[in-house]
Amino acid sequence: MDTVLISRMMIGITLGFHIIFATLGVGIPFMILLAEWFGMIRKDPQYSLLARRWARGYSITVAVGVVTGTIIGLQLSLFFPGFMRIAGHVISLPLFLETFAFFFEAIFLGIYLYTWDRFKKPVTHLLLLFPVVIGSGLSAFFITTVNAFMNTPQGFTIRNGVILEIDPLKSMFNPATPTETTHVIASAYMTCAAVLAAISAFYILRGKRIDYYRKALRLTAGTTFVLTLATSIIGDLSGKFLANQQPEKLAAAEWLFHSESPADLLIGGVLDPVTQQVKYGIKIPGLLSFLAHDDFHSKVIGLNEFPRDLWPPLFVHYLFDLMVSVGIFSAAVTAFFVCIRYLISRLEWNRWLLRALLINGPLSMLAIEFGWTYAEIGRQPWILRGYMKVAEAATTSPQAGSMLVVFCALYLVLGILSSYILMRMASSNPVENEMEKRGVKWNAI
Amino acid sequence: MPYELIGISVLWIFLYGYVITASIDFGAGFFSYYGKMTGKGEMIHAVISRYLSPVWEVTNVFLVFFFVGIVGFFPETAYYYGTALMVPASIALLLLAIRGSFYAFSHYGNPKSHIYHLLYGATGLLIPAALSTVLTISEGGYISKLGNTITFHAGALFASPYSWSVVCLALVSVMFISATFLTYYANKANDRQAEEILRTWALFWSLPTIFASILTFMALYVQNPEHFSRMMNNSWWFILSLAFFLNVVRLLILKRSYGFGFVSVMLQFFTAFWGYGASHLPYLLYPYLVIQSSMTSPKMALALIWAFIGGLCLFIPSITLLLRLFLFNANYRKGVIK
Ligand code: HDD
Ligand code: HEM
Ligand code: HEM
Repeated sequence: MDTVLISRMMIGITLGFHIIFATLGVGIPFMILLAEWFGMIRKDPQYSLLARRWARGYSITVAVGVVTGTIIGLQLSLFFPGFMRIAGHVISLPLFLETFAFFFEAIFLGIYLYTWDRFKKPVTHLLLLFPVVIGSGLSAFFITTVNAFMNTPQGFTIRNGVILEIDPLKSMFNPATPTETTHVIASAYMTCAAVLAAISAFYILRGKRIDYYRKALRLTAGTTFVLTLATSIIGDLSGKFLANQQPEKLAAAEWLFHSESPADLLIGGVLDPVTQQVKYGIKIPGLLSFLAHDDFHSKVIGLNEFPRDLWPPLFVHYLFDLMVSVGIFSAAVTAFFVCIRYLISRLEWNRWLLRALLINGPLSMLAIEFGWTYAEIGRQPWILRGYMKVAEAATTSPQAGSMLVVFCALYLVLGILSSYILMRMASSNPVENEMEKRGVKWNAI
Repeated sequence: MPYELIGISVLWIFLYGYVITASIDFGAGFFSYYGKMTGKGEMIHAVISRYLSPVWEVTNVFLVFFFVGIVGFFPETAYYYGTALMVPASIALLLLAIRGSFYAFSHYGNPKSHIYHLLYGATGLLIPAALSTVLTISEGGYISKLGNTITFHAGALFASPYSWSVVCLALVSVMFISATFLTYYANKANDRQAEEILRTWALFWSLPTIFASILTFMALYVQNPEHFSRMMNNSWWFILSLAFFLNVVRLLILKRSYGFGFVSVMLQFFTAFWGYGASHLPYLLYPYLVIQSSMTSPKMALALIWAFIGGLCLFIPSITLLLRLFLFNANYRKGVIK
């Protein structure tokens, strides 16, 4: 294998692993905040306990997030020295700011986790969460501006391989920034809500029919619904961004070869790469035009307007479809849950509904992976669109291959261990026992 | 002051912050393992986990800050070091990953298993050894550039007396810094037994610290005479450092003012670190990279400095709060509150 391919695999695997914990790191503090706040305003210690138990699990996922993040921070220089040498001039500001955001977050998280019963007023402890939520949100924002910059670089000029006239703010606030950062943050919040809803659904399915889990499920599933809508609406704006700024990525996602007006949205299907014909797919007339320009008749640019060697790999179509399907599934399931809960509450714990909520958690996390893989592979062959190709950026070190093996082994161990520890934490300390111990009242349903 | 000097000074101070906070952590790992093996474990472990648990992520961010910052201010470093250090840096990352995650796993998830203890102790020695080689490499002689290929001579690194003396120095410094800090902390927590053990350890490691420093000086003379002579020009930093060192030893022997003693240790290392750093300039990597020519554009440098000032305004109050709640809070230290 050549080192370019190895480097791409390495960064893809590291980021694909990091993003799981990063997503949890961004979204869970927000959910903890919600629960602790509910506990305070409703004077209901069950919500406070919910916050406390989430925070305990969170301390494990954060640790893996920090560890894998540290790895990427250095691996970018190790595996893509050529990229960092050039782009380092431009992206260092957001990277630097991200580190400060982490600092801020890490300090207050340390305080938060160790001061549960230390303050007289509960609101003091709650306030400590704000820096955590803001810090993790800001770090997600800053790091995503880096990725946005790779999609639509601006704010510098390159002459004879030397980078000149750098404008750090202009490159941070590039055309991809608004949609990308908001879509990333919204989807992280949505995913965390969905994962926590899945956990509650899991326990109810296992027969823990108590009011604690009813509250947990209502809170999380309701939040998931709102956040899924937000994510999908912003996703639609991301589509419009692509149509204007990175049309080849959108065209690859939709297997649109000839520019068309109106253009149809394609779902699924099998492509014959020679004839560029699609079999078995479902076409929705005009919907792609709408996704691209808010108008069912507008023209959408096709791949044939780009030189063949600048086409992204065409399998990204499936990644895009899968991501969108999860969005639709999540919106449908949670909307259904919310309606049932208010209208026919005796069906609230219908087993099929609970099962759907259960798989919605892992599915949302998968959507994050699909979305990112689509965004990254859809940029191929560029690492800095229009300026630098991946092949020019990767390392030439002959040891890259063995390092890939070593890190894969590390991620495997970390993944297994952290899941094992999280499951043990939950099973060794069932919530009923903890409520007894803390004198919190609860009822079976 | 020119931007590149401001930049490198800021980064150097952060690296210093990492050296101190991480040394406390690394040494603690070793002491805790050693204590367990020799049956003195429990109380030392209690002191250690009390101080370390709220702080380890903050320690880690110091390191991240340094390497993100150096690539930001001096992007050329990414190219040279990044290409050359694939293996050593990956190993350091691996060790850091094992340490960080196992720390959290065992602390929150599972009370002390034996293998965790071993890993915690061992990585505490291996990480400083691995990280210190980066400073060794920066002295030149281990990386060469031919045309566009950069090669790292691992064999030369392993064969070099300088490299081993730096590793030695790093290890004994870790022990010394950590033991003096933990003595202070045990004293404040009124844990007399732990305090006495830790105080003896601190004294035990004081002499090797000085020997290793002298050894490193001599080895540097062989490795990079030019740097050595610049160090001689900056010698008063090192004399100051020696004075602080003597003060620590004095206080430890007299069993007095451990707090001031630890401040002296910090100053001892600060002066030595600063003297070393100042005489290392202008080179970031001898003889290929000097700070002036590898710096990013002035506009970016200015933006980074502003970001840094803004960051500090957030950072200083919050770290003060952290320290006041955990380090300087008598009830927390004594274990009255958890
Ligand atoms: C829970 C996760 C999730 C869900 C349900 C969706 N997305 Fe998404 N999407 C992401 C998670 C995500 C992401 C992981 O956050 C990405 C990867 C890169 C990025 O900017 O966000 C992304 C990227 C991304 C892009 C590419 C942006 C770029 O490359 O710059 C587009 C066009 C969309 N999304 C559109 C949508 C639409 C129309 C959705 C409608 C239902 C949708 N997404 C649901
Ligand atoms: C947010 C900041 C991110 C940055 C700065 C970044 C940076 C990079 C770089 C430098 C590459 C190598 C060049 C390339 O192949 O195009 C890459 C590739 C890749 N990244 Fe990202 N990435 C980011 C986020 C993510 C996330 C969160 C994922 C999660 C799944 C991801 C998945 C991938 C994959 C799969 C590749 C390989 C692409 C290929 O081989 O075609 N990236 N990324
Ligand atoms: C959009 C994608 C990403 C998101 C949302 C994200 C978010 C996070 C989060 C939440 C953490 C955990 C830190 C904590 O909770 O204290 C983390 C750690 C970290 N991430 Fe990422 N990250 C992303 C991609 C990247 C990339 C591409 C890099 C590399 C440049 C990176 C560098 C880091 C570093 C260095 C850490 C460790 C910081 C520390 O020591 O506390 N992240 N990230």
